[in-house]
Amino acid sequence: MTQTLDYEPNMVLATKTYDVVGTRPVRHDGADKVTGRALYGADFATAGLLHGSILRSPHAHARIKSIDTSAAKALPGVAAVVTSADFGSDSDAVVDLGEGATSLKWLRDNVLASDKALYRGHAIAGVAASNPHTAEEAVGLIEVEYEVLPPVVTVEDAMADGAPILHDDLKTEELGEQTDTVSNVAQHFQHKKGDVSKGFAKADVIVEREYRAKTVHQGYIEPHNATALWNNDGRLHVWCSTQGAFTVRDAMAQLLDMPVSKIRVTPMEIGGGFGGKIPVYLEPVAALLSRKTGSAVKMVMSRADVFEASGPTCGSWSRVKIGGTSDGTITACEVELACEAGAYPGSPVGAGAMCALAAYDIENGTVDGYDVVVNKPKTAAYRAPGAPNAAFAVEQAVDELAQKLDMDPIELRLKNAAKEGTRRVDGPTFNRVGLVETLEAMRDHPHYSAPIGENQGRGVAVGFWFNIGFDSSVNLAVNADGTVILTEGSTDIGGTRASIAMQAAEVLGIPAEDVHPSVVDTDSIGFTAVTGGSRTTFATGWAAYEAAQSVKKQMIERAAAIWDVDADAVDMNRGVISSKSDPELSMTFKELAAQLGSSGGGISGTASVSPTGVGGSFAGNIVDVEVDPETGKTDVVRFTAFQDVGKAIHPSYVEGQMQGGSVQGIGWALNEEYYMNEAGGMDNSTLLDYRMPTSLDLPMIDTVIVEVANPGHPFGVRGVGEANIIPPTPAIANALQRATGTRLFETPMNPVAITAANGD
Amino acid sequence: MKWIDYESPHSVREAVDLLNEAGDRARPLAGGTDLLVQLRAKAYDLDLVVDAKNIPELNELTYDPDNGLTIGAAVACYRIYGNSSVRSVYPGIVDAASLIGGTQIQGRASLGGNLCNAAPSADSVPPMIAYNGVARISGPNGSREVALEDFCTGVRQTVLERGEILVSLHFPTPEANSGANYIRFIPRNEMDIAVAGAGVSVVLDNGSIASARVTLASVAPTPLFVAEAGEAIAGKPATEETARIASAIARDAARPITDMRGTIEYRKRLCEVLTRRALMTAIERAKEN
Repeated sequence: MTQTLDYEPNMVLATKTYDVVGTRPVRHDGADKVTGRALYGADFATAGLLHGSILRSPHAHARIKSIDTSAAKALPGVAAVVTSADFGSDSDAVVDLGEGATSLKWLRDNVLASDKALYRGHAIAGVAASNPHTAEEAVGLIEVEYEVLPPVVTVEDAMADGAPILHDDLKTEELGEQTDTVSNVAQHFQHKKGDVSKGFAKADVIVEREYRAKTVHQGYIEPHNATALWNNDGRLHVWCSTQGAFTVRDAMAQLLDMPVSKIRVTPMEIGGGFGGKIPVYLEPVAALLSRKTGSAVKMVMSRADVFEASGPTCGSWSRVKIGGTSDGTITACEVELACEAGAYPGSPVGAGAMCALAAYDIENGTVDGYDVVVNKPKTAAYRAPGAPNAAFAVEQAVDELAQKLDMDPIELRLKNAAKEGTRRVDGPTFNRVGLVETLEAMRDHPHYSAPIGENQGRGVAVGFWFNIGFDSSVNLAVNADGTVILTEGSTDIGGTRASIAMQAAEVLGIPAEDVHPSVVDTDSIGFTAVTGGSRTTFATGWAAYEAAQSVKKQMIERAAAIWDVDADAVDMNRGVISSKSDPELSMTFKELAAQLGSSGGGISGTASVSPTGVGGSFAGNIVDVEVDPETGKTDVVRFTAFQDVGKAIHPSYVEGQMQGGSVQGIGWALNEEYYMNEAGGMDNSTLLDYRMPTSLDLPMIDTVIVEVANPGHPFGVRGVGEANIIPPTPAIANALQRATGTRLFETPMNPVAITAANGD
Repeated sequence: MKWIDYESPHSVREAVDLLNEAGDRARPLAGGTDLLVQLRAKAYDLDLVVDAKNIPELNELTYDPDNGLTIGAAVACYRIYGNSSVRSVYPGIVDAASLIGGTQIQGRASLGGNLCNAAPSADSVPPMIAYNGVARISGPNGSREVALEDFCTGVRQTVLERGEILVSLHFPTPEANSGANYIRFIPRNEMDIAVAGAGVSVVLDNGSIASARVTLASVAPTPLFVAEAGEAIAGKPATEETARIASAIARDAARPITDMRGTIEYRKRLCEVLTRRALMTAIERAKEN
């Protein structure tokens, strides 16, 4: 569709400009990707490679009585078969691999089930054979005797009295106390501020509703894959598609009970992750098969496997009660959020509960969270995990409150907006944040006052993600031609090679193109935590900044040595090293680089950091939808995404993050869901019927980058990868309410739901 | 490891012999856009695939006003919508041929394959029925013709007997003052399967409906020809009110199921909307002829 713009699309509301930071150079890895030469995990090949396949449970809930692999082993071409017994461990030690503490048994059982199959698609056994077809055929020859049990696939059913129990030994942790109650509720916790009953007593208007969000998948286009080679010397090498090479290394060390130093993980190029490529699925199975066969073993999931056996994010039930006075002051808010963990405890409810009320400066609030196991694949992180579930509820309740108070929904949010010094209901007090600036940008944008057509409605919503810091390492080395090699441990899922290289280039005063970034394996760089939590441009960028400061200092010292002057008398500015007092003494970064070999040798810098000055990010949407009143078909006709990003290092990739998060939110809102059948299986485990939006289903997603610098980062960076997926689901619900007059309380808000709710 | 044989005969006779010998262990392959996916998904367990693309009769695409249109069973969609005669005389077929799959799929997928695959959601079958299409079949006992509304007998089931192959689809030249249209509903704008679809044709006579045909997709085990919907409006003025009479009958005739793509109630609702909208487009097209 074409549309005439009466405004400037993709605005950057910049606060500070630099030489490199804030510019838009071509990404360093671009040529390899657009020419198809970038090597992904499925491209990996080596001599004597065997191919693996996995037997998966056809039942959503079943006890495994026996597994007979003899016929599979006897098939010509089959090299080995493994089951859970091949781990050779029954440890249930508590481990933390960066996604919260969990039991080693649960981690192991999710890779290969031992006593129970807990979701359709749950891995039961692995086969290695001379080719993928033989491996697949052998999988069909494995005999498993199941005792099929009734499945439970939603939090409401799983929390009900008499619900089928997934884990006989799972006892509920209730408000910090371990109870003896065996149930599907792993944990119930509460955040509390003030006194909600007093707050509600002051309210003139109260809105109380229940909301449901369906389970959805990240939907990365590249399926999970792994190749493992267990060498005769006892060292294990893994090539895979992951968001964290070190996370894979550490998980493998735990699961296989071996020291991290014996494991080397090479991250291949990654075709999308969004949080879903943090856990290990195939890697340990490939390793066990390689240990048995002595050959490298490669495994690749099918699309159905990706849907049915890799982590989606949670479906949820929530209840919100919110009260306000007639002048628009929110006096109290109560939130209950119950999230699916999938087969094993550890849903995103904790993060969802942190973010639920973060946008509001509320005197009285409570947030209750429930972590509930269900017969679905174990949930994995997905872009601001848990926060969209909370926002779908809270941002609709706030919208309804605005309607009842007859207030503009942006003005209501501005009146109650969290700002520096606001104490959140979940505890922390905000440092400098940019919600007010984001809301003002929304209010003042031409989109907000543009006329709207027949059968159309306009909705707004905001969202918050806290972001994380964690450990990162970067090495820099100066080449004789004046370029710089940058090696780092953060796998690049969103253009971070460029954003990290640019921060080094800014410090050194050289062009971004002169820094050559590489993502290297776990034997080649210091520890670097997972690419997640919107941390990479923030934390690994900081490591690049520190490493560049080290190079800068050494370059100054070298120039001083060449000139035989004191280093304190030399400065380096915008890529020129010069004496502070003698204008004759000056050379460029390139000129000095050429002299390094003859003046004492090469220069390199390294930094390992764990920065704490994390800045959270607020995002907001204005969205116009048009609904066909006869069919309920919804078209998103205009969409503007706003986000406080601190400082956009590479604005194009920030815009890309904002647009990508918006699109995933639109899909979740309108069509995406795990459509579960009576037997607890997913009926729509294909890209055809899972119905993510295609480019033809979307308008141009306009972006407004709001820059409220994070005081905790040298360039003011806030993580930008996640907050943008939070507002779309409620913003679309709010827009649909205005287009049709009916509010929907459940995703997906698809044509069936829209026509049914409008009751004709 | 299991092997599947591939044969590429150059005559109908040869193909019939191969298919007759192998029985249900063999299937013909045209574009393969359904069959290859189904084989990978283990929907069929075959020993033999018989490629139909090198048989001249299955690649025929001819039209003349006296004899009508013949589309060989293996002719790909791009040839159909790229043919100027088909475009001007049979726009309802072009509607379907140009919305099946994406551009790459349309380079391979055939209407013959779409028919023989016998999916209830097949987009091309309702408009082909609307145009009074006939299937020309060859087999061990000679040739026969079957009206397209009788071709599909169940989900993935057809009238084809052991050894029989669909050779071509034949359509009479539409009468003067006639028009046709196929539309479907999908929640997205592309790359999706019809939740419901309606293929219709009308013949006008002085502003009235002389005759009409209505066929629905995705609301029964087979493409559903609703003869009574067309019959009920014969002789009535070509107006939206008349279209509503036919579309209400179509809605009541639909026998959909509830699944991941839609509910019974929603699909019946769509049958009404789509039949009415398709009839109005067909009437507009008829007025232009």
